[in-house]
Amino acid sequence: MATLNPRHEEGFFYLLAAIGGLVSAVGVGAALYMEHSGHVVTGMNNQIVWGLPHVFAIFLIVAASGVLNVASMGSVFGRTLYKPRAPLSGLLALAMISGGLAVIMLDLGRADRIIVAATHFNPTSVFGWNVILYPVFYGVVAVYLWTMMERRMYPWMKVAGFATFIWRIVLTTGTGSIFAFLVARQAYGTALLAPMFIIMSFCWGLAVFLVVQSTMYAWNGLTLPPLVLQRMKNLLATFVAAVLYFTIVLHLANAYFAKNVAFEYFILFDSEFAAMFWLGQILVGTLLPLALLFYPPTAARALWVNIAALLVVVGAYFHLYVFIIGGQAFPLDIFPGYDVKSSFMDGAVDHYSASLPELLLSLGGLGIAFTMTTIGVRILRFLPQDDFAHMEAAGD
Amino acid sequence: MSQQEPTQSRNPRRAFIAAAGAGVAGLGFTAIAPGLHLMAVGEANAANQDTNAARKAGSAASPAVRWGLLIDANKCAPGCTKCIDACHTENGVSEKLPDPRQNSQWIRKIELVDRRNGRKTELPMMCQHCANPPCVDVCPTGASMKRADGIVLVDRHTCIGCRYCMMACPYKARSLVHVPLTEQNPEVPRGQGCVESCTLCVHRVDKGQTPACVESCPEGAMVFGDLNDPSSAIAKRIASVPTTQVRSDLRLNQAVRYQGI
Amino acid sequence: MKLSRLLVTAVAAFIAVSSAPTFAGDGGRTAKPLVEIANPGKCVAPAEEMRRNHMEMLKHQRDRTLRAGIRGEPASLNACIECHASKATGSVLGAAEGGKGRNFCESCHSYVAVKLDCFECHQPKAKFKAAGLKP
Repeated sequence: MATLNPRHEEGFFYLLAAIGGLVSAVGVGAALYMEHSGHVVTGMNNQIVWGLPHVFAIFLIVAASGVLNVASMGSVFGRTLYKPRAPLSGLLALAMISGGLAVIMLDLGRADRIIVAATHFNPTSVFGWNVILYPVFYGVVAVYLWTMMERRMYPWMKVAGFATFIWRIVLTTGTGSIFAFLVARQAYGTALLAPMFIIMSFCWGLAVFLVVQSTMYAWNGLTLPPLVLQRMKNLLATFVAAVLYFTIVLHLANAYFAKNVAFEYFILFDSEFAAMFWLGQILVGTLLPLALLFYPPTAARALWVNIAALLVVVGAYFHLYVFIIGGQAFPLDIFPGYDVKSSFMDGAVDHYSASLPELLLSLGGLGIAFTMTTIGVRILRFLPQDDFAHMEAAGD
Repeated sequence: MSQQEPTQSRNPRRAFIAAAGAGVAGLGFTAIAPGLHLMAVGEANAANQDTNAARKAGSAASPAVRWGLLIDANKCAPGCTKCIDACHTENGVSEKLPDPRQNSQWIRKIELVDRRNGRKTELPMMCQHCANPPCVDVCPTGASMKRADGIVLVDRHTCIGCRYCMMACPYKARSLVHVPLTEQNPEVPRGQGCVESCTLCVHRVDKGQTPACVESCPEGAMVFGDLNDPSSAIAKRIASVPTTQVRSDLRLNQAVRYQGI
Repeated sequence: MKLSRLLVTAVAAFIAVSSAPTFAGDGGRTAKPLVEIANPGKCVAPAEEMRRNHMEMLKHQRDRTLRAGIRGEPASLNACIECHASKATGSVLGAAEGGKGRNFCESCHSYVAVKLDCFECHQPKAKFKAAGLKP
């Protein structure tokens, strides 16, 4: 297979880095505009308090933790196939969590005093826990990358890998608990969300990893070895099915409780979120990928596996949109047993539409993750070298 | 939880009584202890006659006190918004945004229809000043806080505007300020990007006044006072008529109680 | 030891370079804070101490008042404003009377380029009466 002409290849890299940088810069600009004008320029309000930026940020943070799964498969569970892929998984984790955290922080009402989050700590707050979980995550992953890339550190790789594995589980438990620990909301407030977020992170992280890995192989004019493709697509299918399982249990449990029936009916059948749930999350994000990953003619081809992975990512956005926005759009049941009405959305369904600045800020998070990955892959050896050595030896 | 609800056992008056009792017992005057008890209670009640007196300059809010509101929904007149107007004037809530959902909601009227019998009620809804406030639990910086006398406040000096408290509040009592402000009341600072809610008119309460909504109600539907003081009007009413804490199933122990729902 | 000496030298060099225009003559073109004390001698502490420590005094007072509920302390932002607001505009911020310089708080803060965060939330005008929202 022919590789790109080195000169063209270099130009192409700078183009990608520039596009990523531009999207990130526009995102930061949008955040400054929001900061200057106030949140009045967003579609968020006092009923739907978290909007599109939180959908994007939580996707990036959840997937960042999950993408490390590939590394753990290698160093914690001793699967040699995954070992050469571990450095890339570490880099992606750092890039995505940076993008996600940037969006969350820039969306704050007082983003200028973010330092207060570090100087004032409330031990009962799940957000407070996350203020500790995220920086340690950076540290643990950085050390893990070091043990993988520095020959002298090899003996420590297994320990670092194990620590990373544990911390990643704790981190995603923290993310799920942001919603699990809300006492009064019908859509949230269940401990199921913590394990569900972990399995979501496995699924979405692996999907992102597959797409990035294939892109890098294609860039270097290589194809993924069939065995690697086979193993990874099976793993992805397992995770997609596991997320579906958790989704079914969550909705069944809600539908079983009389107090939550109205909310379930709303989210599954009687709102703008119903279509997003059935078409976006279930059909596009779950059933289609499962079919592509199990139907032999498509399952054996890298292109279709990548399409399936992309569909999983698209489905993930629908999933989070329905979960976060849909959960807030339904009226809070302050007076059970009463029909209520007020000047502030009591007893009424709210509708949210994202404004341009918050969309640009959200995309900016993706831009930051993309730019960090592009530059990281370029300046350090993150590709699965063993594969290349193996292929080049075979005269490919 | 770092701060517990001010309980009766922490009430200095009670503590004094207990100490006096113990001291007397230790000195062997057990026989006359009951008399001392009566005297101590009598003096304390006399001192507490005016529970709403202005606190002395330089003294802190007391954990012996727990400020609360009792709202009689039966007396709340349909369509009347006097308490809302008074609150907005007192607290300088003057912004009128194109999207009304982005306006601050310190207090709002809710119309209720009982599904079982169609009975209609109206009542004002605001921060319920929980003893176990979820907003205080979830705040990452500790900006959301409960004062010793039970008033739940936002410290805007450390609020970063993450809105987690708005997600956690069961009453939708919290609002984010969506625009820059210039028309604040000097005694009620509030500004863009911070979360805010009813302060129980803490600046008035500290001067010995009642909250603006209570003062403005033409029906006398709201009573303000110290829930911990058995001789206060509010405590007496709560002891004699059935009252409700909204979403009492959550066990948050709100300082705002309702009658007639 | 070496590092600290290097740092001190670097800082000194930076100050020398950055303050060069000040010494380059034409003092009239360098803006000076235009501080007018409307009620001299009535402050809670001598001017020297106020200049150095007003932020610390206000910071500690704000925590005591908001968190502990202690009222009537000598240091109080509202008391500062009542005394220091411009007679003409009623505010401690904005352009001073006649367009020469800025009012009390802003004149110094813009001179030393220190962000003035108080008035994002606090009312900068003395004796201001909030109107509130009429439905």
